[in-house]
Amino acid sequence: MRAAGEPPIRARGVTRILPGVVPTTLVHDIDLDIHANEFVAVTGPSGSGKSSLLYLLGLLDLPTAGEVLIGGRGTAHMDEDERARTRLETLGFVFQFHFLLPEFSIRENVMLPMRALGRLSPGAARERAETLLASLGLEDHAGKRPDQISGGQRQRVAVARALANDPPVILADEPTGSLDSKSSEQVFQILRDLVDRHGKTIVAVTHDLGLAERMDRRIRLVDGRIVADASTAHAPA
Amino acid sequence: MLVAEIAWTHVRARARQTTVALLGVAVGVGFSIMMAALMEGSQADFIRQLVDSLPHVTVSDERRSAPAQPAEAAFAAAEIHGLTPEVRRPGIKNPLATITALDAWIPGTTAPSVQTKAVIRYAGRDRNASVVGIDPNREARVSNIATKMRQGTLTSLYRATNAIIIGDRLAERLGARIGANVTLQGERGRLGAQVVGIFHTGMRSIDENAAYVLVKTAQILAAQTGLVNEIRVRLADPMAGLEVARRIETETGYKSVSWQEANEDLLNTFVIRNIIMYTVVGAILLVASFGTYNIISTITHEKARDIAIMKSLGFRAATVRRIFVLEALLIGLIGAMLGWILGYALCFGLGSVEIKSPFVDSNRLPLIYSPLHYAIAAAVALASSLVAGYVPARKAARLHPVEIIRGAT
Repeated sequence: MRAAGEPPIRARGVTRILPGVVPTTLVHDIDLDIHANEFVAVTGPSGSGKSSLLYLLGLLDLPTAGEVLIGGRGTAHMDEDERARTRLETLGFVFQFHFLLPEFSIRENVMLPMRALGRLSPGAARERAETLLASLGLEDHAGKRPDQISGGQRQRVAVARALANDPPVILADEPTGSLDSKSSEQVFQILRDLVDRHGKTIVAVTHDLGLAERMDRRIRLVDGRIVADASTAHAPA
Repeated sequence: MLVAEIAWTHVRARARQTTVALLGVAVGVGFSIMMAALMEGSQADFIRQLVDSLPHVTVSDERRSAPAQPAEAAFAAAEIHGLTPEVRRPGIKNPLATITALDAWIPGTTAPSVQTKAVIRYAGRDRNASVVGIDPNREARVSNIATKMRQGTLTSLYRATNAIIIGDRLAERLGARIGANVTLQGERGRLGAQVVGIFHTGMRSIDENAAYVLVKTAQILAAQTGLVNEIRVRLADPMAGLEVARRIETETGYKSVSWQEANEDLLNTFVIRNIIMYTVVGAILLVASFGTYNIISTITHEKARDIAIMKSLGFRAATVRRIFVLEALLIGLIGAMLGWILGYALCFGLGSVEIKSPFVDSNRLPLIYSPLHYAIAAAVALASSLVAGYVPARKAARLHPVEIIRGAT
């Protein structure tokens, strides 16, 4: 696991270039430390590389140059299976469009990462899924399918699924981007609570500067480069 | 376990696509089973009729080549051509001794017969007929004519001095019934005979032209005492006909024709027919395989987003691949089982259709219910389902989830 004092996520000279007739640079030479128990907002205009950076930090994409370290451990030489295992154990994802599996119930969707990791028995996984759903106010919807609940509820299910294996880090890509203001506030409060009360580390891509200001740290990207990285007024002293 | 649960949930939840895929597999399997059953059944039925109605080996009083001259046997340099044959007495020499010798080793039964031609005359009507002189007790063991009797029995031939059994169509044409006194006009003799039996084989050529008399009666008709010009052999294993005929010919010198040789042209056409049959069945299975591949690979492609989600959660590529391969196998397996039911139902339905032919009695379509047909059809369906699931699943599992997630957002 994570070495003492090592940041949960560290990027060193990370560059991602999409090959093609005209190669496109998504992110360029990013050096970044995400500290434990930090709520980090990644902002910037469309096409600035926010989501690309998140996918690289979450080992969903491979850098063209540089390296991402998870808990102080290099990932450049990991094969696909090792990266998958690291994602399963260490990282939780929340996407803008929830990405729940439509054929499975809410409970089964939350159970999936636990079943894939295999540390819990199906019964224990079911129990934990129901506890997580209850903590997010979804206990009455456990048996429903994703298309039977609202957008805000689906996003909360996505948060529950990200927490399934109790990862130290949550990566969220526009987690409130497709929600109305009420649902958006609910989801934000859940994420805030995860940092403040449960010690999680969250990196969230957002267009909403108001929300970004309510996080602890704001990183601004332009054309794939970090142009600003500062604590917000909300950051703990 | 998780892989199976996810695969089963996918298959169960996408009812419409699963149903279409299952139907695709089932129709392919069902129709290929039906075609194989029909084509192989008709062939087997035809061969069975041939084997049942004809002697398995017929030993005639002919020789395939002129007997070697003593000079040729004594001197290697001697070669004799254009020898005018002496007038040969027809018939097999020492028939009883020959039959006894054959009975000693042949795995089956033998019966002597006299083949001759005659005109049967009755009430002013003349009909040509092949008159066969038989020993009723032995004949029953080499042909199925005894079971084809409509009136009288083979042993009825012993009832009158010159008794005759004729085919029902011949009887109809002559207007003769049981007890009718007909006249037989042979090449060298003429005699009166009484109709003591009527048979019906269902094969028009036999029912219209054949008549049975005792060996002795046929010998009188041919004006040759002691004549036996054909020995008929029925074997325990009809497929040994070729081998037994070859050995009889070697031992006796007489031309021995197995049922396979007698129907060589017909059996040769079966080779071509089999090629056509296997091509047709293969084509049905191939088309069905493409259908299966198309449907299953489409389902897998449609699931690309789910594959990306599972991979982003931390599912290994191999696990994702196994899920979709298992789904394809489930569809292949259930589809094949439905195809078995469909194939059986189609065979049952076709088997109950009655057909009438001017050459044989009314009959039903001959079909073979062979487990091999079911196994082959299911194996092909499973193999094509496996490929159909594996190829797109492998491709999808190799994709970086980001490529699909970007597309989805």
